[in-house]
Amino acid sequence: MMKRSTIDLWVGVFVAIGLGALLFLSLKVANLTSLDASDVYQVKARFDNIGGLKVRAPVKSAGVVVGRISEIRFLTDVYEAEVVMSIDARYPFPRDTSAKILTSGLLGDQYIGLTAGGDSAHLKSGDTLKLTQSAIVLENLIGQFLYSKAAEGPDNADKK
Amino acid sequence: MTRVLALVSELGARVTSLIWRLGYAARFFWATLRHSGTAFRRFHLTVRELYFAGVLSLIIIVVSGLFVGMVLGLQGYDTLARYGSSEALGVLVALSLVRELGPVVAALLFASRAGSAITAEIGLMKATEQLDAMEMMAVDPVARVVAPRFWGGVLSMPLLAALFSAMGIFGGYLVGVVLIGVDVGQFWSQMQAAVDFREDVVNGVIKSVVFGVAVTGIAVFEGYDAPPTAEGVSGATTRTVVTSSLAVLALDFVLTAFMFRGI
Repeated sequence: MMKRSTIDLWVGVFVAIGLGALLFLSLKVANLTSLDASDVYQVKARFDNIGGLKVRAPVKSAGVVVGRISEIRFLTDVYEAEVVMSIDARYPFPRDTSAKILTSGLLGDQYIGLTAGGDSAHLKSGDTLKLTQSAIVLENLIGQFLYSKAAEGPDNADKK
Repeated sequence: MTRVLALVSELGARVTSLIWRLGYAARFFWATLRHSGTAFRRFHLTVRELYFAGVLSLIIIVVSGLFVGMVLGLQGYDTLARYGSSEALGVLVALSLVRELGPVVAALLFASRAGSAITAEIGLMKATEQLDAMEMMAVDPVARVVAPRFWGGVLSMPLLAALFSAMGIFGGYLVGVVLIGVDVGQFWSQMQAAVDFREDVVNGVIKSVVFGVAVTGIAVFEGYDAPPTAEGVSGATTRTVVTSSLAVLALDFVLTAFMFRGI
């Protein structure tokens, strides 16, 4: 009763191309495949100041993206920020790994850089990193610079 | 004095007829939705409209997507190079296409390519009394003619918008990476880091579905409501393009305000 016609073929081609474009957008452009929740382990780290760090920012070690930040919360008991990172299970890190908040480029986004330590035991899911270094806030930096300039000012005057 | 009175009454009549038409359009839209069952039960009717609305729009969508992406590549590179961050070209091209330009420009092209054709076809069917003939044979023209065209347009719009975005990103890649020489790894990796599936891609698809409903809804209504004369049909075709383009741009603002408020 139902006949296949050329129109069906063309519509099939059209739908295939359209779905292919959607697949391209989700996989190649939005990178949906990377870092499934299944093969990651979560590590926590506390910082005095996280600067402009955002959820989903990359976690890098030696410049390679090894995970993403999954959660940022504020701890009211110690008044510090706690950052939860999801690290790819392919990359185990020693227990004494340290975390720094770094900036990519001059105007770039902030990310967490991990520096591996020498411990033979590996980090497990739920561990907290002990050694952390907060984000560098430009205002504090300028403040320190002015303070140190002011402190060394009279010495310079004496030498002249 | 009488002239002023005539002017006021003319204005009032126009406003009344506009509101009347709006109500009729709403009732017509509801009738189309209620009779959509036919469009899916007899799916070959909708497939035929998918061919006319979707397949025949492929060329214009692919070519314009490619050129829009290439222009974005050139312009974006020129601006980004001033700040020494030309690697962000992929992010710029992908985000502007997936979020805005893909759905909006594809919808505008779709309105002028397929919307006008739908209006002209239905309007001419009405002018040549084919719709009346169907009713005489107890065939509901809304179910048989309008609903398949409506769903054909609504289904093809998101596919066309996705294709437009994909072609645009390919065009940006051609100009940025192949022609200018932006690093290919940076181009894709920064794009993948910045484009979020839920936040950007899905929102773009939602936008294009809404635009598809708006453009095709306006097109079938203008055709069905066209005065059954040659001028009537031509006027209705023009109104389809003008009204649906304005509707797309206005809806885009509303949707963007809802979707990207947090950023």
